Amino acid sequence: MPKDGGIGASSKRREDVRFLTGAGNYTDDINIRGQAHVFFLRSDVAHGTLSNVDVTAAAEMPGVVQIFTGEDFAEVGSIPCGWQVTDKHGEVMQEPRHPVLADGKVRHVGEPIAAVVAETLEQARDAAEAIVVDIDELPAVVNMKDAVKEGATKVHDDLTSNLCYDWGFVEENKGAVDQAFKDAAHVTSLELVNNRLVANPMEPRVAVGDYARGDGQHTLYTTSQNPHVIRLLMGAFVLGIPEHKLRVVAPDVGGGFGTKIFHYQEEAFCTFAAKACNRPVKWTSSRSEAFMSDAHGRDHVTKIELALDKDHNFTALRTDTYANMGAYLSTFAPSVPTWLHGTLMAGNYKTPLIYVNVKAVFTNTVPVDAYRGAGRPEATYQLERLVDKTAHELGVDPIALRRQNFITEFPYATPVAVEYDTGDYVATMDKLEEMADIAGFKKRREASEAKGKLRGFGVNCYIEACGIAPSNLVGQLGARAGLYESATVRVNATGGLVVMTGSHSHGQGHETSFAQVVADMIGIDENMVEIVHGDTDKVPMGMGTYGSRSIAVGGSAMVRATEKIIAKAKKIASHLLEASETDIELKDGAFSVAGTDKSVAWGDVTLAAYVPHNYPLEDIEPGLEETAFYDPSNFTYPSGAYACEVELDPETGQVTIERFSAADDFGNIINPMIVTGQVHGGLAQGIGQALMENCAYDSDGQLLSASYMDYAMPRASDLPFYDVDHSCQTPCTHNPLGVKGCGEAGAIGSPPSVVNAVLDAMRSGGHDVAHIDMPVSPARVWAAMNG
Amino acid sequence: MYNFDVEKPATIVDAVQAMTREEAQPLSGGQTLIPTLKARLAAPSVLVSLSGIDEMKGVCKDDAAGRLCIGGATTHADVMREAADHYPALASLAARIGDPAVRNRGTIGGSLANNDPSACYPAGALASGATIVTNAREIAADEYFQGMFTTALEEGEIVTEVKFPVPEAAHYEKFLQPASRFPLVAAFVAKFSDGVRVAITGASNDGVFRWSEAEAALASNFSADAVGGLSIDGSDMINDLHGTGAYRAHLVGVMTKRAVAAIS
Repeated sequence: MPKDGGIGASSKRREDVRFLTGAGNYTDDINIRGQAHVFFLRSDVAHGTLSNVDVTAAAEMPGVVQIFTGEDFAEVGSIPCGWQVTDKHGEVMQEPRHPVLADGKVRHVGEPIAAVVAETLEQARDAAEAIVVDIDELPAVVNMKDAVKEGATKVHDDLTSNLCYDWGFVEENKGAVDQAFKDAAHVTSLELVNNRLVANPMEPRVAVGDYARGDGQHTLYTTSQNPHVIRLLMGAFVLGIPEHKLRVVAPDVGGGFGTKIFHYQEEAFCTFAAKACNRPVKWTSSRSEAFMSDAHGRDHVTKIELALDKDHNFTALRTDTYANMGAYLSTFAPSVPTWLHGTLMAGNYKTPLIYVNVKAVFTNTVPVDAYRGAGRPEATYQLERLVDKTAHELGVDPIALRRQNFITEFPYATPVAVEYDTGDYVATMDKLEEMADIAGFKKRREASEAKGKLRGFGVNCYIEACGIAPSNLVGQLGARAGLYESATVRVNATGGLVVMTGSHSHGQGHETSFAQVVADMIGIDENMVEIVHGDTDKVPMGMGTYGSRSIAVGGSAMVRATEKIIAKAKKIASHLLEASETDIELKDGAFSVAGTDKSVAWGDVTLAAYVPHNYPLEDIEPGLEETAFYDPSNFTYPSGAYACEVELDPETGQVTIERFSAADDFGNIINPMIVTGQVHGGLAQGIGQALMENCAYDSDGQLLSASYMDYAMPRASDLPFYDVDHSCQTPCTHNPLGVKGCGEAGAIGSPPSVVNAVLDAMRSGGHDVAHIDMPVSPARVWAAMNG
Repeated sequence: MYNFDVEKPATIVDAVQAMTREEAQPLSGGQTLIPTLKARLAAPSVLVSLSGIDEMKGVCKDDAAGRLCIGGATTHADVMREAADHYPALASLAARIGDPAVRNRGTIGGSLANNDPSACYPAGALASGATIVTNAREIAADEYFQGMFTTALEEGEIVTEVKFPVPEAAHYEKFLQPASRFPLVAAFVAKFSDGVRVAITGASNDGVFRWSEAEAALASNFSADAVGGLSIDGSDMINDLHGTGAYRAHLVGVMTKRAVAAIS
């Protein structure tokens, strides 16, 4: 029976009422009296020297407040990178300066060269067209392998090459891994591309800078997943504004998917210009700007090899990956292909020896950073494509080969530095096989063939590391930030609560699910709990939402703060009930004395805390408000098994997804409906990557897929009715809720099964295609079958 | 967008007059023009809106030759509804353009005047052997389409009506470009008592064209088999992110075959 509230209930998302009825408060809804508008003049060439930027005529245009160029930011800091990777030789990565506005050179199409602040946006655009820009074009660096060749044009003249770092993991294992390949009975290798993506949140990025001349207080309203991180990065590293003089507000945010984690030039610009112009300054990205200025995702080129013994046990794995950084290092870019990718290469398998090499490369393209899954989809895709290819080479069942090599005992220390606390990969695969109706596949294939279509079935497993993670560990790995989370629980006199969480909701439904947790702990109605997030003036220092960390880390902080509240409330109750504190029990919103019928309601205790007439003032302070910071001791490890069934039109190459089954293990679950929705969204993005989405550049560094006319977003009609199950639950052992996180699973877990299914369909039509790169578009499928 | 004046005439005569203003640009449903203006890729000084001209709207069959006459300012949604009984294949073409918002604004005249190489209506008009009626003259479809975004229209000339001979049977088969959902390749096959016309859109760098080999083959044997063995040269076809010329040439055959199969 579904619960009617609290943990485990499918409570309806309270935030949806305002989102769906136009009552949300998004950053673009914020208009401050007297605000001016900024238009960024962006580079239309990928690489060149700025020989002249003349704003003289433009400055005289109607409505212009002020025009800024790179020179105005000479004394301003570089847009910082939040993660420093150390390479296989012990050298730190090459880290170029990332200016707010281009200084001397442009390095990707879309890089801002000048910014016009004017009374209206149209006036700013008019003036921008009057700016004279002369660019001496340089050869564009686009292809990663060419970029690291001797003598290649350099994206950054002051760096030694286009190689950001050459990372080996675990370097000490390399010799043993290579030996295992020499000793192998069978080796399967695969080269593949993990296609570059544009995140495309429904709400484009927006920034509004405001400056109060009276008290020197800066405020930035921005579309961010982590306002405190923006406050720290922008305040401390770019503009030199102390945190107590800088407020960052990220109100309702319409989707982030990673691309709104990062600190962007436009945020720094609006904050800077608001003071310089003594006017609020607003920027709202157009969709065209979003394509060429939001950090992109993925873009790896990989060679991966698996060694097996004669009994088909995996003995070693090695990979060689080129990871595109784009022209500059976005906030967390260096961590994505390394610590969020290499550490996952064991997958669900007990491969004893693993070596991962990653070369991060600068190119004249938009910076690349985390996108839903961030490193883990790349790891999963390589590994699960490779295992499938291995099974076909060996002529064995792909599911059986997986099962044979599953990790079955936990905790399990992988050879890539992480320890899985819990999991049950057999259980999720069992569930998947049941959901996918493998027994009925033959009939479904026959039915497809009767229509002249091919039908294919593909499967994959996945493991992810969520809830990033112990601050002391990530510090050793190069993070320039802590990765705890915070919560303040403020109980009001009449018993209602406000939770101020450092997590940020941009579609995840925290206002509902977080309230369920606190309400459940106290035994009160969910509607007595309000969740506040996204404002550095209201919320304690928090690290925000990404990497499926909100419930596992932010939720844990909230639990810890609520536990403190309950402990204090029990003290108050024991006073009111004239009983020993150890005898006080909290159930269904009332405190009672064990073994008696004496009780006092939650509201009486909270009132006593703020009207302490009858109160143990000598022992405890009045009031009922507690803060907790939670720093996890490990990542969490959600896992699962996915199956995809496709129909393929051999005449056109068109692939349609006929069935998709997802069996996930997210540990304990707070709101099953929200979890299902999160999986649905992740699957849409994973299937989108596999079938349709492709961010493409030409050899001159021009963005070919610069609008929805060429960038194929999946629509509802492209996607099947998913079959989603999360009944396999091995609770996390190290956080108080036993939760693992669910936001990225769908995007991580789905691409390989789609491609595996397409290849299976092609094989059934007599086309033994070893591999096809994503997106598996009709043109590519047709070419693969007729090439 | 840049600033411009707007005129909204109520008659064709007034529209033609308004079009004599310098740098005037007719605005029909605006499904191409408005995004172009917003991107500042066009800067007309006057937009002459055609959406208030009642005499350019609607579908009727009062033409002496029995042709289906569609006003130039008739929306795709109206064609979808009003042509369904008279010319179902054309109504079906209209019903599959864009999405509901596009269909409720976009017009047949606007589509034919723009002649996007991947638009649907040019295929319907060319395969039907339609006559494009303007404020000044009547132009046969075979003379009207002159290449990508190029037509026989003179400066200031407005498509007021399109007259469609109704074939015995017709079908429009479309393969979608996955991003824009325009045709990657689409074929309109129209079977008349005196012959077959096949028009292809989406494929060629020269815009919509008649596939004469298929027409000849189908004239003597109207069956999918008759076109199954034909091939067309893809070397001058559109080659982009979504498909090579060779792929498009292949799809020309598949779409034509399927269109024929649907009505034979």
